[in-house]
Amino acid sequence: MQRSSSTIWMVAQREFLDQFRDWRIVVPMFVLVTLFPFIADDTTRQAVNFMNRFGGDLILDHLIPFVVLVIGFFPLSFTLVVALESFVGEKERGTIEPLLSSPIEDTHMYLGKLLVGIATPLVFSYASIVIYLILVSHRNVQFPSPYMLALIFLLTFAHAVLMVSSAIIISVQATSIRAANLLASFVVVPVAFLLQGETVLIFWGNEDVLWYAIVGVTLLAILLVRLGLSHFRREYLLGREIDTINFRWIGRTFRDRFRGQAGSIVEWYRTELPITLRQLRQPLMIVIALGVIAGIVSYMWVVTNVPTYIDLTPERVDQFKTFIADNLTNLDSLGERLPAPVLFYHNARTTVAFLLLGLVSFGTLGLTLFIGNIALVGGVLGAAHLVGYSPLLAFVAGILPHGIFELTAIFLATAATLRVAAKLVTPQTDKSLGETLLLSLADWFRIFVGIVLPFLAVAAVIEIYLTPVLIKLAFPYL
Amino acid sequence: MIETNDLSKQFNNDFWAVDGVTLNVQPGKILALLGQNGAGKTTTVRMLTALLRPTRGWARVAGYDVTQKPQEIRANVGVLTEQHGLYMRMTGDEYLEFFGKVYGLDPHARKTRSDYLLQYFGLAEASGRRCGEYSKGMKQKLALARALMHDPSVLLLDEPTSAMDPESSRLVRDEIARLRSSQRTIIICTHNLAEAEALADSIAIIYRGKILLNGTLDELKRVVLGPVEYEAKFARDFDAGDLDLPQGVTLAARNSDSLRFRVEAPQAVNPTLVHALASRNAPLVSFQEVPRRLEQVYLKTMADAQGVAYAA
Repeated sequence: MQRSSSTIWMVAQREFLDQFRDWRIVVPMFVLVTLFPFIADDTTRQAVNFMNRFGGDLILDHLIPFVVLVIGFFPLSFTLVVALESFVGEKERGTIEPLLSSPIEDTHMYLGKLLVGIATPLVFSYASIVIYLILVSHRNVQFPSPYMLALIFLLTFAHAVLMVSSAIIISVQATSIRAANLLASFVVVPVAFLLQGETVLIFWGNEDVLWYAIVGVTLLAILLVRLGLSHFRREYLLGREIDTINFRWIGRTFRDRFRGQAGSIVEWYRTELPITLRQLRQPLMIVIALGVIAGIVSYMWVVTNVPTYIDLTPERVDQFKTFIADNLTNLDSLGERLPAPVLFYHNARTTVAFLLLGLVSFGTLGLTLFIGNIALVGGVLGAAHLVGYSPLLAFVAGILPHGIFELTAIFLATAATLRVAAKLVTPQTDKSLGETLLLSLADWFRIFVGIVLPFLAVAAVIEIYLTPVLIKLAFPYL
Repeated sequence: MIETNDLSKQFNNDFWAVDGVTLNVQPGKILALLGQNGAGKTTTVRMLTALLRPTRGWARVAGYDVTQKPQEIRANVGVLTEQHGLYMRMTGDEYLEFFGKVYGLDPHARKTRSDYLLQYFGLAEASGRRCGEYSKGMKQKLALARALMHDPSVLLLDEPTSAMDPESSRLVRDEIARLRSSQRTIIICTHNLAEAEALADSIAIIYRGKILLNGTLDELKRVVLGPVEYEAKFARDFDAGDLDLPQGVTLAARNSDSLRFRVEAPQAVNPTLVHALASRNAPLVSFQEVPRRLEQVYLKTMADAQGVAYAA
């Protein structure tokens, strides 16, 4: 452990030395970091004057925490160059090979560079915030509470880890500094969006909601560090000189993985698909567990909390029942208003959204969307209970017939998405990041094409033509 | 010791940079790896330092398998890379100190070794200056000092004397020769054929990833250029007429004042040959081997590989 930390520090120390001896890095950083708080302070003063004249207490009360958050982010974005350069810069200068030829372990080398990548922007970021806070303490504005400041410092730290870990992944994968700098947009722009979301939390929520952002960003940052460590390979740094996209190889690899050894569709269903299904056992168990918990928690929450939010008098319940009865009469023409192919398209699109969101967030957003969907089902059953209908009957008649197919498809699609994410953050000794992603996507499409699409098609037909009939049979008194 | 068998590396799933390389370099021996740019020399070295994973075949360096024990290999191998790879904002001292730490040397060993190497390569006075201020030759010497910092048992040197002035080149060559005598196993990748000829115990010529030739210089000369040639020079014009040549000797060239013979087994045949000339009263001034350089071997091998005529 001591040897590990000293090796990491040794790598970091050299980087620090190299960095701070280069005035072309130090001077602009120093100037920007010290200049920006003054600009921000002046902007704050103007904004405060403006709001004092025309009103806007809500904005005024939260203005300083918001500016602190922005000031924290600003140095992170331009000091990112240190992390972006960490590997590809050394590669371009030819200094990486002696280092890679040495017995330093991959993890130590990676973490050493990560440490420098995080520490430098963070120091500049905190310095910028402190300068701003000193300036703002002399103004007649509401100073943020120490608790709020602590949260923002934590959030800035999480931003730094998130951005730097992404930048280092780019630095490992890119073949030139120019490419790495171009790819940096894919770090700065999403984090800028994230910052906007956090701003919303600051303005409309209370201080505690920032914890959600801190936990979310930290989780993502940890997964990115894990992804970087998993796919950091010396060979990858030296094996390529220029970026080439080999479409033929991509197509062949994807096709070979998707088709497997099967010679016909029947054989594919009989031999290949079960292999992928077996690989999904673990993620499927996680997804089922999360689904069941989401459904139950949502049901319980609706049953327990909704009556306190809305005054559920017998008259109100009758109003709900009338509303439901009116809507159920409309079920007769459901097929005309919502044709089965449209419903099928909608559901298929949702499962693709699980994958896309899952890909950009290591499965977390895909899972969130899935949990939201299942929670909706639990909530509907809870509402049924509240208005006096049997939730079990509502489930058996209204959800189960098409749900057997639809829920199975959604559970499998989510499990497959989770597996893609898990594969990305799992060390692969013999495959590159691109190859791992390609093979995982081929597995995902096996499930999508082989099971999800047919199941969703059957579910759509049942939901439009059979479920309404069963609901009317189950609830004839409506 | 370095041993490889069918060592191969494929890039982008379609291009074989190294294809079936089999080598064996014993301790105390130097192998020179010759080839054009892009022939696969650097890729071979990178596989031997466990930087690239072989696609096929195996290699053992310093007793360790490159795929099984990469860390052990890196700890026992000194590498001089194609580019010197110095950190320009570090001083020579700091640079060697850093790599001493990287290789796990204790502070005393780091200082002793670093002082010795800086002194040996004539860099002691410049050791406090940043590497960016060094001349090309000084940079190369410092890079070589780095490769030797941990006193490795195997040395892989990619163009060790490129960019060096003649005196520095000589110094490095002497150092390499001295390292051989200390039972180190050394591979040198070079374009400098004179250097290879002077230093190497064996030579391998690589072309498009494949080893075309591998052996001692004499073996290579015999294989590529044929039997050794000897030239008899005469004091004046001499008509040899129909010389009765011993078995294993053919007449390669005839001039008025010289004859050139191709001899299969010089030790056995040359005395008979000289006797035959003397018995014909040939005004013999000298009888000596026609010098053949590695350059001829290399160029002929390359010409054959490319299917073009070799202009001697």
